[in-house]
Amino acid sequence: MLSESLKAKFEEIIARYPLKRSAIVPLLMFGQDEIGYVSDELIEEVARAVGVPAIEVIEDVGYYSMLHRQPIGKYNLQVCTNVSCMLRGGEAIFAHCSKRLGIGHKQTTPDGLFSLEEVECIGACCGAPAMQVNYDYYENLTPAKVDQLIDQLREAHRNLGSGTGE
Amino acid sequence: MPDYQSYAQGSPLEVKVISKRFGLPNSASIDVFLAHEGYQALVKALKMTPEEVINEVKNSGLRGRGGAGFNTGMKWSFVPRQSPKPKYVVCNADESEPATCKDRPLMEYDPHQLIEGIIIAGYAIGSHQGYIYIRGEYRYLMEILDRAIAEAYQRGYLGKNILGSGFDFDLATHTGAGAYECGEETALLNSLEGLRGYPRVKPPFPAVVGLYGCPTVVNNVETLSNVPAILLMGAEAYAKLGTPKNGGTRLFCLSGHINRPGVYELPMGFPLRRMIEEVGGGLRGGKKLKAVIPGGSSCPVLSADQIDVPMDFDSLAKIGSMLGSGGVVVIDEDTCMVKLAWRIMKFYAHESCGWCIPCREGTAWLQALLARFHSGGGLPQDPDTALDASYNMLGKTLCPLGDAAALPMISILKKFHHEFEEHLKLGKCPFEKNGTGAF
Amino acid sequence: MAETRSSVSLTIDGKTVHVPPGTLLIEAAKQAGIEVPSFCYYPGLSLQGACRMCLVSIEKMPKMQTACTTVVTNGMVVRTDTDEVKNARKAMLEFVLTNHPLDCPVCDKGGECELQDMVFRYGAAETRFLEPKLHEEERKFSSLVYYDRPRCILCYRCIRVCDEGMDVNAYGIGFRGVHSEIIPNRDGRLECEECGACIDICPVGALTSGTYRYKTRPWELTYTGTICNHCGDGCKTTLSVRNNQIIRANNRDHSGVNGEFLCVKGRFGWDFVHHDQRLASPLIRQNASQHPATWEQALEMTAERLQAILTERGPNAVAVIGSNRTTNEESYLLQRFARAVLGTNHIDHHRTADFSSLVRALTEAGAADRYATMEDIFRASSILLIGNDPTHQHPLVAYQIRQAVRQHSASLYVINSAAIKLALRQAKLFLKVPPRREVDVIRVLAGGGEAPDLAEGGSQAITALRDRLRQETDTVIIFGDEIRGGGVAELVRWGLSLPGRTRFVALGDYANSRGAADMGLLPATLPGYQPLADAAARSRYESAWGASIPAEPGKDLRSILSAIDAGSLKALLVFGSNPLKTFRLDQSVLSKLSFLMVAELFPTETAAMADVVLPAASFAEKSGTVTNTCGQVQALKKTMRRAGTRSDFEIICALARLMGANWRYRSAEDVLREIIAHVPGYAVPLPSLLVGRAVATQPRGLPPLLEDSNLVFSSRDSLFTSGTVSRYSWALNSVDEAKRPYGHIF
Ligand SMILES: Cc1cc2nc3c(=O)[nH]c(=O)nc-3n(C[C@H](O)[C@H](O)[C@H](O)COP(=O)(O)O)c2cc1C
Ligand code: SF4
Ligand code: FES
Repeated sequence: MLSESLKAKFEEIIARYPLKRSAIVPLLMFGQDEIGYVSDELIEEVARAVGVPAIEVIEDVGYYSMLHRQPIGKYNLQVCTNVSCMLRGGEAIFAHCSKRLGIGHKQTTPDGLFSLEEVECIGACCGAPAMQVNYDYYENLTPAKVDQLIDQLREAHRNLGSGTGE
Repeated sequence: MPDYQSYAQGSPLEVKVISKRFGLPNSASIDVFLAHEGYQALVKALKMTPEEVINEVKNSGLRGRGGAGFNTGMKWSFVPRQSPKPKYVVCNADESEPATCKDRPLMEYDPHQLIEGIIIAGYAIGSHQGYIYIRGEYRYLMEILDRAIAEAYQRGYLGKNILGSGFDFDLATHTGAGAYECGEETALLNSLEGLRGYPRVKPPFPAVVGLYGCPTVVNNVETLSNVPAILLMGAEAYAKLGTPKNGGTRLFCLSGHINRPGVYELPMGFPLRRMIEEVGGGLRGGKKLKAVIPGGSSCPVLSADQIDVPMDFDSLAKIGSMLGSGGVVVIDEDTCMVKLAWRIMKFYAHESCGWCIPCREGTAWLQALLARFHSGGGLPQDPDTALDASYNMLGKTLCPLGDAAALPMISILKKFHHEFEEHLKLGKCPFEKNGTGAF
Repeated sequence: MAETRSSVSLTIDGKTVHVPPGTLLIEAAKQAGIEVPSFCYYPGLSLQGACRMCLVSIEKMPKMQTACTTVVTNGMVVRTDTDEVKNARKAMLEFVLTNHPLDCPVCDKGGECELQDMVFRYGAAETRFLEPKLHEEERKFSSLVYYDRPRCILCYRCIRVCDEGMDVNAYGIGFRGVHSEIIPNRDGRLECEECGACIDICPVGALTSGTYRYKTRPWELTYTGTICNHCGDGCKTTLSVRNNQIIRANNRDHSGVNGEFLCVKGRFGWDFVHHDQRLASPLIRQNASQHPATWEQALEMTAERLQAILTERGPNAVAVIGSNRTTNEESYLLQRFARAVLGTNHIDHHRTADFSSLVRALTEAGAADRYATMEDIFRASSILLIGNDPTHQHPLVAYQIRQAVRQHSASLYVINSAAIKLALRQAKLFLKVPPRREVDVIRVLAGGGEAPDLAEGGSQAITALRDRLRQETDTVIIFGDEIRGGGVAELVRWGLSLPGRTRFVALGDYANSRGAADMGLLPATLPGYQPLADAAARSRYESAWGASIPAEPGKDLRSILSAIDAGSLKALLVFGSNPLKTFRLDQSVLSKLSFLMVAELFPTETAAMADVVLPAASFAEKSGTVTNTCGQVQALKKTMRRAGTRSDFEIICALARLMGANWRYRSAEDVLREIIAHVPGYAVPLPSLLVGRAVATQPRGLPPLLEDSNLVFSSRDSLFTSGTVSRYSWALNSVDEAKRPYGHIF
């Protein structure tokens, strides 16, 4: 079941458009933010909410690279290796993350805390090399900064405690 | 959220027209905006006729900042006045062209400037609904814009009967979800209609048949952000900032092997050499320049001897490249151009929507060929095959993404042919020792 | 050709072409005899501009343009023969072949693959692609549809035919870029009508048929164009046969009433023909059980037993039940046999639509030219559908209606007691009525008056429908078994009062329900709807047959069954019919007979009770003609032989001879000649039939009124059922959808 607040958000978004189906991608994005991935249930709910067959929602899910059909880590490290970042060591940053976390592209640590992804340009070219952790930007990265960040995220997670249902 | 410094180290050579409020404390708030000429252009526009607004924009020489550089006022004038259908303004905030990060500060530090530009565009074409299509990665910007839109509604700049003029206009944000192709205007419209981001056959153009089949103007964030300034300073004064037919200033994103990367607002036609040497402080580590990508990864690369060029649409076209989205990438002598070509192709293969054969298959083919070639498995015929395959894509795809992939490839194959030969001769990458050359 | 104001003239490769405004360049070129290659362009489907095969040069345009999306303009100068254009074609083929496996030798499509043909014609045979090809395992979308991603060239035809042609929308696209693929709608599986149109339209071997795949090579097959035997729509189909085995069915040349359409039954449901429970030898009952016998034994025994009963009890003790699947020739012969040889008019069949009342009503109104054909439905500007569920019961009619709506914005109006798919998806106006009240609506439509409880929306809704129909012209009215007897007369009277040339279609089940009625498999009606009571009509047939016809009308099917129950009817001959099941009879009824003969394909419930069972030939094993529900006659062509069986034609002739008649038919064609000569309305041109055309008939006659409205009822078969035979079709039973409740909408 989707949360009440998400359902309310769905309604608010759908109301923005003269054609309900326009809301499909935004609904998937906000749904994914809450659930962690695009679940079968989310697909059904979105299809129902905008009144299209589920396959039309599935088509969209396959197309957009930020939507994923499997659960991923709590913190998704998305390292840019596109041109501007590559020229300033983006690949080394990715390799460092990979080594630190022991996972490769589109993999998740066994504890479910981190996922790693090599992504295309995220619009942080002047702050290269850069990455996004979920929606947050981190720029002018060095391996040392990455280490620090990973430690901080671990720490933050510990402080939030587990099982609080966040 | 990164701080202002990460975009703009600032340069005394800048001419700040649309970035003038960047760096003000709380610059995104409506109060700061209002205290600095905010919504004055709208007040002015609402007193003009829509035709007058369109003419003003036309005469300013403002050309699309999204990449294609089409005269903005002209585009607006293509919207049929008499159409009984609703009309739409869509702001393209998909900013996905590699090496481009200029729309981001515009939305982050001056969202109201953009909103004002959108409302004026709506007034000019007779539209009552606008959407800002924001790439999914820019979630924090969407939040900033949503806040700004709410403020604008509160103060009566959006909604019914704006400032008592009788003009109604609604505006909403829309998030993308990771797809470069959705920056292409017709793919963007499909995406906004909830479909896969496939481009549409043109003609008809969006100005006539756009969102929901209705007349629609699609403009880039930077383009629309220029509109208030044009109305306030007047078309003539604005045009004079730049070169003939290339009015105003533009945000250039300097990145790559440069000492002071950043987003700088410079007049149209600013010389590339000075941009690299004076604005950007020259190459990092005193290295020699090898090449420049002048306007985002879709543009043919310039070799080091081509940088005495004014940075405007027409001058770059004259030397066989493009001003594109304003993403200037400086590339030093240690960079492997084969690898660069591969990385660019990897991007286009990843982002090809897959609709049409030449782009879908061509980009994937070239990516695989370049990967093999760069890692030492090259065959003598490969460069020719790659060149031929690129030409076979060029001009034959449904949307310009195919060209965007082919053009840089062709330029690298031609201008840096010797690097391909060296790979063949050595059986491996000659730049391997250097970080960026490694595969 | 003189240039008219409504034509655009342009030059293609130096040839001047005149075409109507709005014509696509690719079509204009075709008209000029210039082929512009294409994969994604498909006439009638939406434009894609995806394959880029059709790039041509147009003067004043900087880049080449796709001919499939370019609308011609006056003075346009086009070249399709320049090096630039030729190189572009080659380039597209080279691109498409990069990831396409070159497994032509084992690919089902080998020999009839558009990609293969294109490479042959335009080059790019040698590829410069040296990288490993992307591989994906083949996937099973359903028991009938398989998908091979590497072979797929993403022309999107399958998606469009499913959306735009079938209105099923079962396909989508997954992922993007070079990883794009066709995806089915339910967790990797298809939930759809299983029509297989996607397989047919696929230019390469990406979508293959669960029944055909890896069975053969197309050049090893012989092809015979014949008519599908399942529903009453009469779709043309090409049976591909090897070694006396049907391997597949598709309407290869897109001719006939159905163009490229076929439903799941037409495309896959023929496999009952090869079922191992097909009767292979005559059976004779000895004591409690049936035992194999020779044909001579079985036929002689039948003749003897019949003769005995005739002698003992007279012709009134004998009755015949015909089929709505056998050919016109067989039905005609069967009633001749009953009337002229046995001397009884106790002959009938399971009537699934009231064709007689339609003929009578139109004849009375002097409007016997107002039968609509399948083509008329497609061309109609306005359609009124009353009752029935064509999506299930008449897939081609449903297709024609959908295409009329989609391609020329025809208005569809529906009166039905169920929310059928056409009502929900295509109708401008849908009047939902309580079950069996359709005819009352007609009364209100025709005569006015109040009927508040009759339809959802009350009288107002009915008035609204009437008003709308009065603004339409040339409406085609299509009705099912809900309208029969006097109701048909009322419908026709009112329909003819609408503006323009209103035309009618009555919807009956199975391949030859219409033919059975046309041929007089009826107790009081001679062939061509001539009333038996009409002495002149009777004497015409008497002189044609050289025998007398009893003047007294026979018993209808229900009366025959009750007479058997009452013990007054002693012998029954059943051809291609299963009354025990259709009429839900108790076995004890038939056991009261002294003699029961059944000619059948399968050991049906009725056949199990028979004293003699004769294994009959199926539609694929015989020639003849059948008449579809619109009255269009088409030829059935013999495709193969099945050991042990004989056609009903052969059976009836043999029995007639054994019973003393001196019939001299050598083939079904001889019977057809007699029908053409003697049956009013059937003077169809034989050559047209033989070359595979559908010939419309316009019967005229005043058959008696429907005695008992319970005589007319549809079997309400679904898309996946077809009376008895579908029980023996692996294909129809293999699909998941067949297990869903009737009326389930995909
Ligand atoms: C593949 C492709 C990607 C594009 N991406 C963007 C983009 O991210 N942002 C943008 O403003 N324009 C983008 N464009 C250009 C748009 O199609 C369109 O020209 C632009 O939004 C028009 O606005 P303008 O006239 O204000 O530049 C892209 C074009 C192509 C072909
Ligand atoms: S060029 Fe073709 S495949 Fe590439 S993005 Fe455009 S339409 Fe899609
Ligand atoms: S037929 Fe024109 S692009 Fe495919």
